[in-house]
Amino acid sequence: MSEDFTSRGVPASKPPPWNDPFIRSMFFQVIAVLLLGYCFYSIFDNTLTNMEKRGITTGFAFLSEEAGFGILMSLIEYDETYSYGRTFFVGLLNTAVVAACGIILATVIGFIIGIARLSNNWLIAKLATIYIEIFRNIPLLLQIIFWQIAVLQTLPGPRQSLRIGDAFFLNNRGVFLPDPNFGKEFIFVISAFLISLIGAYIFKIWAKRTQEKTGRQYPVVYVSLGLMIGLPTIIFFLVGMPLTWEYAKLERFSFSGGANIIPEFISLLWALTMYTAAFIAEIVRSGILAVDHGQTEAARSLGLRNSLTLRLVVIPQALRVIIPPLTSQYLNLTKNSSLATAIGYPDLVSVFMGTTLNQTGQAVEIVAMTMAVYLTFSLFISMFMNWYNKRVSLVER
Amino acid sequence: MADIKNSADLSPPSEIIGPLAWLRSNLFASPLNSILTLIGLYIVYALFIPVIDWAFVSADWLGNNKDACSLKGACWVFVIQRLDFFIYGFYPDAEYWRVNIIFVLLALLIMPQMVEKAPYKRFSGWFFLTGFPIIAGVLLLGGILGLEPVSTDKWGGLLLTLVISFVGIIAALPLGVLLALGRRSEMPAIRVICTAFIELWRGVPLISVLFMASVMLPLFLPDGANFNKLLRALIGIVMFQSAYMAEVIRGGLQAIPKGQYEAAASLGLGYWKSMGLIILPQALKLVIPGIVNTFIALFKDTTLVLTIGLFDLLQTVNSAIVDPNWPQVSTEGFVFAGFVFWIFCFSMSRYSIALERKLDTGHKR
Repeated sequence: MSEDFTSRGVPASKPPPWNDPFIRSMFFQVIAVLLLGYCFYSIFDNTLTNMEKRGITTGFAFLSEEAGFGILMSLIEYDETYSYGRTFFVGLLNTAVVAACGIILATVIGFIIGIARLSNNWLIAKLATIYIEIFRNIPLLLQIIFWQIAVLQTLPGPRQSLRIGDAFFLNNRGVFLPDPNFGKEFIFVISAFLISLIGAYIFKIWAKRTQEKTGRQYPVVYVSLGLMIGLPTIIFFLVGMPLTWEYAKLERFSFSGGANIIPEFISLLWALTMYTAAFIAEIVRSGILAVDHGQTEAARSLGLRNSLTLRLVVIPQALRVIIPPLTSQYLNLTKNSSLATAIGYPDLVSVFMGTTLNQTGQAVEIVAMTMAVYLTFSLFISMFMNWYNKRVSLVER
Repeated sequence: MADIKNSADLSPPSEIIGPLAWLRSNLFASPLNSILTLIGLYIVYALFIPVIDWAFVSADWLGNNKDACSLKGACWVFVIQRLDFFIYGFYPDAEYWRVNIIFVLLALLIMPQMVEKAPYKRFSGWFFLTGFPIIAGVLLLGGILGLEPVSTDKWGGLLLTLVISFVGIIAALPLGVLLALGRRSEMPAIRVICTAFIELWRGVPLISVLFMASVMLPLFLPDGANFNKLLRALIGIVMFQSAYMAEVIRGGLQAIPKGQYEAAASLGLGYWKSMGLIILPQALKLVIPGIVNTFIALFKDTTLVLTIGLFDLLQTVNSAIVDPNWPQVSTEGFVFAGFVFWIFCFSMSRYSIALERKLDTGHKR
């Protein structure tokens, strides 16, 4: 005797409209959207009237006007006659170069310190801990300004430079290095390197296949290294050493020739590296500790050597934990490179959002462009992170 | 039966216990380890000894001008002489007592939070978040109760650093909770708005947010509405921090098992009641260490306000070291500022670790 309850006259419960979840949620969403829309509208309206009052024309026409100011360091050709648009790229490249160098250095130092903190050696572990606790807990900006003002600016002038031989000089104008001049034939060396790269890759695939078939192992690392270093070197000597160095020479007041790395770059890079390395060290440490001890024991009982245990069992699993926070540290480093403004290193924020904005007054356009650059960076990095997470995440039953 | 005579227990061989054994197992366990130890000893010798000599042994502490500095070591006379400036900025001398009251009150309110089972802990915690900001605001700003008004551009030094980080955390916490709830909401429009807000602020550097707050905020507002520089910086910092806070809290919300949500719903609780009474108390407790870490980051980030012309601790030091009345004292100034920041951040991170241990119930082997 199965009967539908509703058919027995009990009314299907239908709440009044103000209690209907769907209607309520629609109501709140419409209100939120309207409020936000009004906010944007009034900001837009206010901005337009305010800019009109100050005589600022909107639009991106200013980008093609002549900039008329010099920039301390530029990777592409630049002088006062170039446009404001060019200053954007100069700043962008300066940001990119300091961020790229910082990421490489911080990763290397961070991994070393992180492993050192787990060392059996009491002294080394304590030193690593002290390093981490000092550099992590002092504001980055203070560190940058410290290296710039208290260290690099108090170095002796060009005449009393600290030097290594006649090639490397360090003084309060930065570091002077020999400048490499590549001859025409250098292209052969580069192509030899590319060919050896492809060769090493093919050898790696072949070695892996052979190992899977026959169980024989080949020293892949040594062979590829030998190939990648050996072949270009042989070609280099064969085509007649097409590389000369231009040394920096001391003139009356400063150096001429050679390559100069400005002190602002050094102090920014150094501070970014030290600061981020402390965080990376902690990430590496926790990643290695996160690998279950049973994994090491299992590898041992399979008869793997210590180095193979580390390479085949511990590190791949530790990387799974390490990589996501590591990428967000890379992102932080890139964003933190904008602190360059405080010491005058010409990065994107300092050049474009600083000088260019002050000269043109186009606040809205310039701030939007700058923020868009950083947003794109972080979007790419988080896309990479999601992709990576999906690739390495454990496939469970 | 022969007498069995107990001989005295032999102590274990020195290879197993004692300082020698410790040295062997911890410093000279293998040839590689011994080399590392020697390198470490060299670092200590080359780095720590000169630093200690500079900072303590050859340093000058007493005096009141540059003649007291022998320049063989650190000239702490400079820091001691300018200490008032580093702590209070340009706050009028006669009104220092107001700032001091706030410092003392702050210390009194924080202390019980560090001690387990301190009396009135809950009360002092709530007072810290609600009553204290009002009292501090009245005392600092003045203008009522017969207090001399002090405009915010006179605030500076450690006082300003503490004000910015305190306001930042107090305002960012509730905003962060709302944003985190919004990001997990079932209403698509709310979810999109909150997600966009969070990702926007997290994707850009704080320095550009501060630039925006100082350059563009005046453009956004109708004519006549104008805030002072400090308030603009605070708005920028609060926006920025609330996005980070939201992500921390979202982590806590995600960690709460679905059964808790369902249990709250089956008790007939509405959205706000189930969040406020069931979910948030558990979620917030889970992420207290994360919140403290966010606060440490915020505390360090307050130094960035110097780029828009505010005199925080770092900027007061920065401007004092160029004083021609003193010799080259930049290192002393920065070491002092770094030490102050370090004390705050290090103790907060220890507190966060201790909390984590206390809240971590189980799963520890």
